[in-house]
Amino acid sequence: MPSNEASTSGAKQRSSVRDVHVIWMTGGLSCDGDSVSVTAAMQPSIEDIVLGAIPGLPKVHLHNPVLAYEVGDDFMRHWYLAEEGKLDPFVLIIEGSIPNEAIKREGYWAAQGTNHDTGQPITTCEWIDRLAPKAWAVVGAGTCATYGGIHAMQGNPTGCMGLADYLGWKWKSKAGLPIVNVPGCPVQPDNFTETLLYLLYQAAGLAPMIPLDDKLRPKWLFGQTVHHGCDRAGYYEEGVFTKEYGKPECLVKIGCWGPVVDCNVTKRGWMAGIGGCPNVGGICIACTMPGFPDKFMPFMDRPPGANVSSKMIEIYGPAIRALRSITHRTVNEEPKWRHRGSKLTTGYQQETYH
Amino acid sequence: MSTLTQAPPEVTGKKRNLVEMNWDPITRIVGSLGIFTKIDFENHEVAECYSTSSIFRGYSIFMKGKDPRDAHFITSRICGICGDNHATCANYAQQMAFGVRPPDLGEWIVNLGEAAEYMFDHNIFQDNLVGVDFCEQMVKETNPKVWDKAQSTQAPHSNDHGYRTIADIMRSLNPFAGEFYREALQMSRLTREMFCLMEGRHVHQSTLYPGGVGTVPSVQLLTDYLTRLMKYVEFMKKVVPLHDDLFDFFYDALPGYEKVGQRRVLLGCWGSFQDPKECDYKYEHMTDWGRKMFVTPGVVVDGELVTNDLVDINLGIRILLGSSYYDDWQEGETFVKSDPLGNPVDKRHPWNQTTTPRPQRRDFKDKYTWVMSPRWYDKRTGDYLALDTGGGPIARFWATALSGLVDFGYVKATGRSVKIHLPKTVSKPAVEFEWKIPKWSNAIERDRARTYFQAYAAACALHFVEKAMEDLHAGKTKTWNEFKVPDHAIGCGFHEAVRGVLSHHVVIRDGKIANYHPYPPTPWNASPRDIYGTPGPYEDAVQNTPIFEENGREKFKGIDIMRAVRSFDPCLPCGVHMYVGDGKVLETHHSPMFGVSAKP
Repeated sequence: MPSNEASTSGAKQRSSVRDVHVIWMTGGLSCDGDSVSVTAAMQPSIEDIVLGAIPGLPKVHLHNPVLAYEVGDDFMRHWYLAEEGKLDPFVLIIEGSIPNEAIKREGYWAAQGTNHDTGQPITTCEWIDRLAPKAWAVVGAGTCATYGGIHAMQGNPTGCMGLADYLGWKWKSKAGLPIVNVPGCPVQPDNFTETLLYLLYQAAGLAPMIPLDDKLRPKWLFGQTVHHGCDRAGYYEEGVFTKEYGKPECLVKIGCWGPVVDCNVTKRGWMAGIGGCPNVGGICIACTMPGFPDKFMPFMDRPPGANVSSKMIEIYGPAIRALRSITHRTVNEEPKWRHRGSKLTTGYQQETYH
Repeated sequence: MSTLTQAPPEVTGKKRNLVEMNWDPITRIVGSLGIFTKIDFENHEVAECYSTSSIFRGYSIFMKGKDPRDAHFITSRICGICGDNHATCANYAQQMAFGVRPPDLGEWIVNLGEAAEYMFDHNIFQDNLVGVDFCEQMVKETNPKVWDKAQSTQAPHSNDHGYRTIADIMRSLNPFAGEFYREALQMSRLTREMFCLMEGRHVHQSTLYPGGVGTVPSVQLLTDYLTRLMKYVEFMKKVVPLHDDLFDFFYDALPGYEKVGQRRVLLGCWGSFQDPKECDYKYEHMTDWGRKMFVTPGVVVDGELVTNDLVDINLGIRILLGSSYYDDWQEGETFVKSDPLGNPVDKRHPWNQTTTPRPQRRDFKDKYTWVMSPRWYDKRTGDYLALDTGGGPIARFWATALSGLVDFGYVKATGRSVKIHLPKTVSKPAVEFEWKIPKWSNAIERDRARTYFQAYAAACALHFVEKAMEDLHAGKTKTWNEFKVPDHAIGCGFHEAVRGVLSHHVVIRDGKIANYHPYPPTPWNASPRDIYGTPGPYEDAVQNTPIFEENGREKFKGIDIMRAVRSFDPCLPCGVHMYVGDGKVLETHHSPMFGVSAKP
């Protein structure tokens, strides 16, 4: 994997950190969807980061299995070097739920690389145990790694969980950073690269401690609900709810959880402002939330909590709508002085120039 | 009975020094895959290969008892690059089980989303993941002589793509630094924007439902899609000739390269893009509407079309064990005794499968992977065929070409080839590309078909935009139809995930999921040796691969093996690993026939 050659030129750096390695494990119980999602990012793009297109960044060496040039042992070499403290400082990114390897006698649920002594796979948990204590920061990419996600659903056979369940919610890296969680199923592309960018700035001494909420999410990304950013919230306000999919009105009665879900997708869109969820007709299934998915299933039913709130709005919403419709009609009329004829009626000091 | 796949060439009487070489993980794929081989360096060939997956998640287990309407939301999460293919396939199965048919416009929108997925995914995989195996850096490190030749070889289509020599093409493929690498990455974002217009988000869509879509149709929606599509069409006019030049050069520079990744022609395609005028999602009519799909389903054996009937295809699917970490379900419950047409359904069919994981030590002489062994029962011969998808496109083209059913203006299947017509774009005139049935099912032809299928998907999208616009102009804007979940029902969906065959089988009891088994392409391709000893396609293809790499044992990168494996577009959310063991000699013995359990 290439790295930026000279991103340090030009911008002034305040710390002595010139190189940062990113060790990215997709070997949790994952679908690799967060890595793939990140290739869609544009603010910044992955090549912006790797090729040093952003001033002030340290040189970034990315080790991600989906994008790596190297294969097999050549690729795994960086894992061993990180363990030996030879890649400091490094950011450890985990993708996928962390399985519970302790519930069985032998074998593995998730692994990456082979132990040369035993010929057996090295479990993902073992890698986390080896690398987390050495990492400058540990980041969970996507809802599986952050809170367990889909694979941690009720009835699952692997007992999997999120990073903070595994390492502890109070866990701190050796540099004093808590786990950084960027949830989303998958993670919104720019949300992730922007968080990584922030951490790289912090590593370079150009940003203060990353602000996180009590679920360890970056505050500036997860401080508002889906509903706050939704362009259909205006329909909610007026008590207009659709009963079928494919219509432009509010989706709360057919399964949308937007009012209680912390996520910025309706504001940011998915890519370049395009796409998203309820803003484009997809009910919010709460894929960024610690309670995902069980607390939101069956997804296509009205959320129980929306029962009362939407009923209340149906009382005063129509009144607001009625009042607005009067004003709406008025503002849809042009002022009366825009007309043909020999007289000027705009209120100007004279009515004619004859 | 089992299938005798092509055995590695015998070197009778010679001593074989086999060196264990493993690649774990195989990178630049999606998921965790390990490839474990034994290589005969003296004779430049791979003697033995095992493919292993490092991940188990348990979808079929935790979906039991859930609401059947949730199936597509959940199964999208199986795959992080083609999750929408799963959601779409789940919708097809739900629509069969629920007895609902989406409005035409809903179906066109799904097709537009899926077309964008093919355009995006084949593009990024080909040019940002596979392409690296053909880039300057890699070729210099593995075949310096080939690099020398590339520098002095003019690219035959340089007028079309702008690269003067083959070396110039290779240089443009260098990861991140290469011009074409970055252009392809950018293009993969444009096509994902197209995808998001139709399905909301990539990779896990937000706007698909059983019964249709939540996407609100408008003139703007289609304009936003079409203007981006035309940029991609222009891009295709450069990419197809570029890849033709690169791939043809390899045949020329390395005589015998057709043997890399070659295996017997055993291809499966489950069809793609429903025609809303034809498809009513009733199992009883599946034979007919399956043949009206815009990519024709089919099983192709030794170059012959065995069937393009989805009912035949469905009933032939068998899930075998042998080398996987699971308990057998022979004694388990039979959920579906016969299909809605009265045909008996086998105990080893996905409708009747029960998944019980049994984690254990990896042992290449016994159980060594989480992947099972899907096979297709050929009733003509009694063989359990280890079909592959060839990464998707080669099987799609082969089945479509032989069937000769597709003909809608932009695309015509001729019986021997598929013609793709692309209209004029901003700086290039209209062109026609023709994919012709190749001589081999090998790494280069799998890769070549991937490029041509990008053009095919774009041509389909042009048609779908026109159909969607017709509906919109006619005021037919409904995109979703209501349904009721029945207490008891069965359903199946057939689709083409980007990298090949995809099926979802559901059994509903008391309004809940009683059984659910998805079969994506990679279990077919990455499957291990089955109960009859038949190796899976990766294993089989790698075992037949000669070694062209100039590096000896010490610096061996296994590039020919990597090209063979990546040509299948592995997407396990499971992986292949390659490391050169310690270079130690494993076994020395006479008369090879090593590793392949050939049976009568």
